[in-house]
Amino acid sequence: MAQAQAHGTPAVPDNGVAAETARNDGIAVEINGERFVHTGDPQMPLLWYLRDVLWLTGTKYGSAHGGSGADLVLVNGRLVSAITQPMAKLAGKSITTVEGLAAEDGALHPLQQAFIDEDAIGCGYCTPGWLMASFDLLRRKPQPGDADIDQLPNSCRCGCQTRVRAAIKRAAAGKAGQA
Amino acid sequence: MSTNPSNGIRLSRRRFLQILAGTAGALVVGVRFAEAGEPPLPAEWLGNDFHGLGAYVRIDSDGNVLIGARDPDTGTGVATALPMIVADELDADWNRVSVVHLGLGVEAGDNGKPRWTYGHQRGGTGDSIPAAWADLRHAGALARWLLTQAAARRLGIAADRLHCEAGTVIAPDGRRVTYGSLVDDASKIDLPQQPPAPKSPQHYTLIGKPVGDANAHAIVTGQARYAIDHNEAEALVAVLLHCPWPDGTLASIDPAPALAVKGVAKVMQLKPDPAQQPGFTVIAPAVAVLAENTWAALEGRDKLKVEWKPGAGATESSVALEQQATALLDDKSTAAPTTRVRDDGDVEKAARHAAVRVDATYYQPWLAHACAESMNCLARVDKDKASLVVPTQAPQQAWAVVQRLTGLAPEQIEIRVPRVGGGYGRRLDHDYVAEAVLLAKAVNKPVRLLWTRGEDLAHDYYRPASAHRISAALDRKRNVTAWNQRVASASALAGRGVPAERLWSSEVSADQLPAGLVPNFRSDWYAQQSALPRGPHRAMPHLANAFAAESFIDEIAHQLREDPLQTRLRLLGEPRGIALKNGGTLDTGRLRNVLQLVADRIGWKNWLRSINGLGIACWAMDGAYVAHAIETSLQNDKLGIERVVCAVDVGRVINPLGLEGQVAGATLDALSTALNLAITTKDGEVQQRDWKSYPLASMALLPDSVETIIVSDDDRPPTGASFLAMPTAAPALANSVFRVSAVRVRRLPLLREFQRLL
Repeated sequence: MAQAQAHGTPAVPDNGVAAETARNDGIAVEINGERFVHTGDPQMPLLWYLRDVLWLTGTKYGSAHGGSGADLVLVNGRLVSAITQPMAKLAGKSITTVEGLAAEDGALHPLQQAFIDEDAIGCGYCTPGWLMASFDLLRRKPQPGDADIDQLPNSCRCGCQTRVRAAIKRAAAGKAGQA
Repeated sequence: MSTNPSNGIRLSRRRFLQILAGTAGALVVGVRFAEAGEPPLPAEWLGNDFHGLGAYVRIDSDGNVLIGARDPDTGTGVATALPMIVADELDADWNRVSVVHLGLGVEAGDNGKPRWTYGHQRGGTGDSIPAAWADLRHAGALARWLLTQAAARRLGIAADRLHCEAGTVIAPDGRRVTYGSLVDDASKIDLPQQPPAPKSPQHYTLIGKPVGDANAHAIVTGQARYAIDHNEAEALVAVLLHCPWPDGTLASIDPAPALAVKGVAKVMQLKPDPAQQPGFTVIAPAVAVLAENTWAALEGRDKLKVEWKPGAGATESSVALEQQATALLDDKSTAAPTTRVRDDGDVEKAARHAAVRVDATYYQPWLAHACAESMNCLARVDKDKASLVVPTQAPQQAWAVVQRLTGLAPEQIEIRVPRVGGGYGRRLDHDYVAEAVLLAKAVNKPVRLLWTRGEDLAHDYYRPASAHRISAALDRKRNVTAWNQRVASASALAGRGVPAERLWSSEVSADQLPAGLVPNFRSDWYAQQSALPRGPHRAMPHLANAFAAESFIDEIAHQLREDPLQTRLRLLGEPRGIALKNGGTLDTGRLRNVLQLVADRIGWKNWLRSINGLGIACWAMDGAYVAHAIETSLQNDKLGIERVVCAVDVGRVINPLGLEGQVAGATLDALSTALNLAITTKDGEVQQRDWKSYPLASMALLPDSVETIIVSDDDRPPTGASFLAMPTAAPALANSVFRVSAVRVRRLPLLREFQRLL
C-alpha cells in the first residue's frame, strides 16, 4: 500500500521524484502537489490508486475504458482517462485531479465558480470529468468557440451539456462569480 | 448556501482518518451526516417527530441552519427544492442554510413493522415536490412557531405581534433576536396541539426564486461523496460476473485462477430467489470476486473460468420480438388484444364513414437506464445491526430487501442515501442491495459492491421495446373522428405481482392524448413475452406513446396538407377541462398555451418557407403540460439540431432555476436517447456492454442551448417535473426531420433509421 510522503515542499521537479522512486522501490507520483509512493501492483490503474488507496474519490468510475469522461485527470498536463493509466507508467509524473483545481486556500478555480453560476450540474457524478476536460480546453484555447467545446470527450445522461457550454463560455469571458 | 472552502487534499485526508476511526460523521438523533467536513454540528433538532412529521430542521447557537432533504436526489434537484420549502416557512437566511441528505427514517412500529419517520422518501418518480408541498411546509412552520414562542417569552411580547425575517425574530419596537440565540429555549417549548398554519403565499421569500444546486460546491470540488465513494477500512470490494441469460444457470466454475490473484479473498456464487419479485432479489445468477481492492477484484474476475448454461430465454432476440410485434399489429392479423384499455364511441363505424384514413406503424427499441454511477452498495451486516450506503431512489424498498435477508428489526437497519448519480427508475429496484447484503453476511465483513459498466448495461430492468399501430379516420371537414391505437410490448410489470388485467398500465395510459379529444377512440394492448428483465423507466409509458401519437398527428397534418400546429390546435379545440379516467382533468387551455408559446418562440410563422425544418409536439401528464419546438438543418446528408425550445406548465414553481435545469436535462436526455440508443439482444444476450455500443450523444450532436419557457401558475399546487420534458422532444425532432428531409422516421433510434431511409 502507498504511504503519503510528509514532505512540506510540493512541486519537486520530476527527476527528483524519479530518484526517490528508485530508493523506495515504489512508484512515486505527485498528486495535486503532494507526493505519494505506490508500492502495490504496478499495473493498478491510476483510477483505483486514487479511489481505493488514497480515498481521493472526486475522480469517478465511468467504464472499463473511460469513454464517459468521468475519470478524466491531467497527467503532466495531458488530459487522460485515469482508468487507462497503469501506475507503472506514471513514475515521476505530476497528476491533477478535480480536488486539485481549487487554490490552496480553497478559492475556487473560475471554471468551478462558473459551473456553480450556470448551475451546470445534473446528478453531478460526471461533473468532475467535465471540469477537467474544460480546464484542459481553456488552457489550450483560452477563448474556445462552440466547435471547440463540441470536441469535449464527456457524456452525461442527465443532460447538463448546454449548461456546461454556458459555464465554459462564462469562465472564458472572465465572468465567473459575476451576476 | 454556506460553502466549505478548504484545501481539497487536506480535507480528503481528514475524511480518511475519520473513516478509519469508524465514524464517517456524528450521529445525532438518527441522522448521520452524509459528508464529513460539513459545518459545525449544531446542538438541537427542532420539530422532532411532531404529528408524524419527521425532523428536518436543526439550528445551532451561531444561527447556522441545517435542513434535511428526505427524498433521494438523483439529479432532480429535490435536495435543493425540498429544503427551500422548509427554509421559506422557517424564514431562514438561505445563506446560512446547509443541506443534509437524510438517510432512511425508520423506527419500530406495531408488530415489528417499520414506521417511516420522514414520511415520503422516494425520488425521481415525480411525486417528491407534491408530497413536500403537502407536509414539509408544516415542518418549517412548526420550527418558526417554536422560535417565535421563545422570542415572545424573552421579549415579553405576544407571539402574534412578532414577525420573522432571515433568521431573526423582530418585535414591533424594532428589537431583534436571532434564531441562534433562541434555539436552546425554543427546543424546550411544548409542541402545539395543532400544527401551526403555513405562510400565506404572498409572504414567500424563497419559493419561486432561482436557487442553485445545494450540493454544487461539494460537487465541483470533488468532495461530494456518492455511495460509490463510501468505504470502510475493513471492507472487501466485490465485483460480479452475471450470467448472460437471466434465466440461465451456472454450469461450472474454476475459482482457482481468480483466487491466485494477489489480494483476492474469496469467490462466491449468487442466485436469484425465484420466490421474489424482480428488484427484490439478485437479477441473474452471478459469481462474485471479493478482494482487498477494486483492481485485484477486477483482475480476479478476468481470470475466472466460468461456464453458464442458457435458460429458455436464450432463443430470444430483439429482431424476432420486433417482427412478432409488427405481425401482431398487422391489419390482417386476427390476434385479439390482451386488454382493451379504452374504447370510446365506435371506431369501426367512424372508420367506415371516413373521408380520409391515415395509418402508420412505429417501433421503439429496448432502453437501458445507463446511470452515470453504476450500481453499487456498501453493506455491513452484524448480528444486531446492518449499516448500508445505498444509491437508491426508494430507501424504504431497499429496507425491505435488507430486512428480508437479515431478519433484523426495523430500527436495526441503517440506510444512508447520499447524492445519487442518476436513477431514471433503475434505483427503484434493489437487486444490487440484495447482492451486497448476501455477500456481506457470507464473509462477515463490510462489502463494497461495484458493478462494472458492462454488467450495468447488460443486466438491467430495461424499458421494453414497443410497436405502435395507429389508424385514424377523418371526416370531410378534416376533423379526426376516430383514433384506433394498438400497442404491442412485453409489460414492464410482468412478474411484479400485478394482476394480468393491469399489465398494460406500464405500457399505455388510458388518458393519453388524444383520448378525450376524439369522439371514437380505442386503445388496445397486446402482450409479448420476454425473458429480459423489465422495469420502471423515465417518463414511462409517456416516452414511447408520445413519440407515436405526436409523430402520427404530423402524418395526419401532412395528409391534410395542413400546418401541423393548426392540426393540433383544431384537435385541442376551445380551452376546457376534460375529465380523465385516472382522476384529474386535462386542461386543453394550458396545453394550447405551451404549444403556442413554443411556436411563437421558434418563429412558427416561417414553418412553410423555412429552409430548415420546424417540428412541434405537445403532451400532458400528471397534471403538467409540455411542448417542444425543434429546428433542424440538413447539409450534405448530415442532420443538425439548430434550435430547441421547450415550454412547461407545472403549476406553482418552487425553484425556477432547478426547473430550467430539469427541462434542459430531460430534453437532452430524450434527444440523446432518440438519436442513437437501443439495447438489442441476440441468442438471449444483451449486446451492449460499453459506451461505444450504447453511445450517449456527444456534445456536438446536441443543441447548443435549450430555450426554456416556464409557465408559472401560483394558484395551482406544484407538480413534479424531473421527466416532464422527456416525451415531446423525440416527436418534435422527428417532425422537424420530416420537414427538412421529407423522410418520416417511424423507427428509433433515429439517426440509424434516417440514414437507412435517406
